[in-house]
Amino acid sequence: MSAVAALWSTSIGKKAVMAVTGIVLVGFVILHLAGNLKIYLGAGAFDAYARGLRELGEPILAYGQALWTLRLILLAAVVLHIVAAVQLTLTSWAARPVAYTEKEAVAATYAARTMRWGGVILVLFVVYHILHFTLGAVGYAPGQFQEASAYRNVVNGFRVWYVSAFYIVAQAALGLHLYHGVWSMFQTLGVDARSNGVYRGLAVVVAVVVVVGNVSIPLAVLGGLVK
Amino acid sequence: MNLTLKVWRQKGAGAPGRFVTYEARDVSPATSFLEMLDAVNEGLIARGEAPIAFEHDCREGICGSCGFVINGVPHGPRRGTTVCQLHMRVFEDGDVLTLEPWRARAFPILKDLVVDRSALDRIIQAGGFISAPTGSAPDANAILAPKEDAERAFDAAACIGCGACVAACPNASAMLFTAAKVSHLGLFPQGQPERWDRARDMVRAMDGEAFGSCTNMRECEAACPKEISIAFIARLNRDLVKASFRPRRAAAAAGV
Repeated sequence: MSAVAALWSTSIGKKAVMAVTGIVLVGFVILHLAGNLKIYLGAGAFDAYARGLRELGEPILAYGQALWTLRLILLAAVVLHIVAAVQLTLTSWAARPVAYTEKEAVAATYAARTMRWGGVILVLFVVYHILHFTLGAVGYAPGQFQEASAYRNVVNGFRVWYVSAFYIVAQAALGLHLYHGVWSMFQTLGVDARSNGVYRGLAVVVAVVVVVGNVSIPLAVLGGLVK
Repeated sequence: MNLTLKVWRQKGAGAPGRFVTYEARDVSPATSFLEMLDAVNEGLIARGEAPIAFEHDCREGICGSCGFVINGVPHGPRRGTTVCQLHMRVFEDGDVLTLEPWRARAFPILKDLVVDRSALDRIIQAGGFISAPTGSAPDANAILAPKEDAERAFDAAACIGCGACVAACPNASAMLFTAAKVSHLGLFPQGQPERWDRARDMVRAMDGEAFGSCTNMRECEAACPKEISIAFIARLNRDLVKASFRPRRAAAAAGV
């Protein structure tokens, strides 16, 4: 335990925590995408998937137990990721009190430079996303959201064009975050940097697959392919 | 060629600073950037004005004294080049150049383009050395090191401590400097006994200064006049994590 505390007390340790929690979150995003794409198999398959998440681990586990365990792990990862990010960001902001009059970004990508505010956009999106598709508290006419009908909820939710637009913008932010984040995990955890090209390629694949996969759903609903 | 220079002038530490515009006339493309400034300064002295203060020593790109930001890029536009080795031929007649000191809380401005980089020295003092008897020079090859390790150690040891990495970093982080200093010793047999303590102590010293935190933007690598790779930052990250799970050397010795 003292080793973890020693790590957390250093800037590099906090970054390692961000990388490890990042792995958890990227894993979640990929599994979430796999679930989302079942929308193309029809209402039966999609609703069965939604139900299956809650019945996962039965009969050893109770209904919803596995799902809540995973949710708590995710929540812990999100909290650690954000706490470390905020602490490191404040240190960095304090480190250059007088800005350059002129400063050129020679190597930093747009994705790298927008990690912080992109992260803020993602937090706001996740809050909205939970209020929307998990709780049905926003974005629906009264009585329109039915917890057991995940497929209908998605279709009804995405038929509102500006809700779909917000989801698409959020996915762009997620794509940028993944593009820099996935590559950064390897660098931060000190995996041999001689294979940098491979990690960069992996980051591109993850970002593109997640964004294209997720964005296709609101577009398919708006285009009438999924109804 | 004729150039317009917008130079940061600041009388001393804590004094207010501002940009002052100077004209550099009849500059030969064959002169170095610092020689061009010398000529401008001679003009200033002749007019009874204070010359522009900038740090310099060897003017061969190996001492690490010089360095300021030219048009938003530390050491100017040419890769792998200190400002003393930058020649005026890379610029064009009529160019307007903005000269600014390194900007970081850890590097307080002393005067004009000169900053105090003692923070880097304090990181070295925390562990950038080997505690071994330093008698007469040992026999060559008395301690064998694989050629690949030697090459990589030299790549890291090329760091001249100019501070361009900090200046270039959007976070004003000193990770590339610290990584280079930790790695060039950590890659050699002589550096092994203190390798883990060194990583911890130097990172702690780095964190104790007013530097920011690395976000892998790679600006440091692009600005480094010695083109030191961020692969060394990955190596430092790895060493620090491993070190955290090991007892300190003194504690380990006490256990025997």
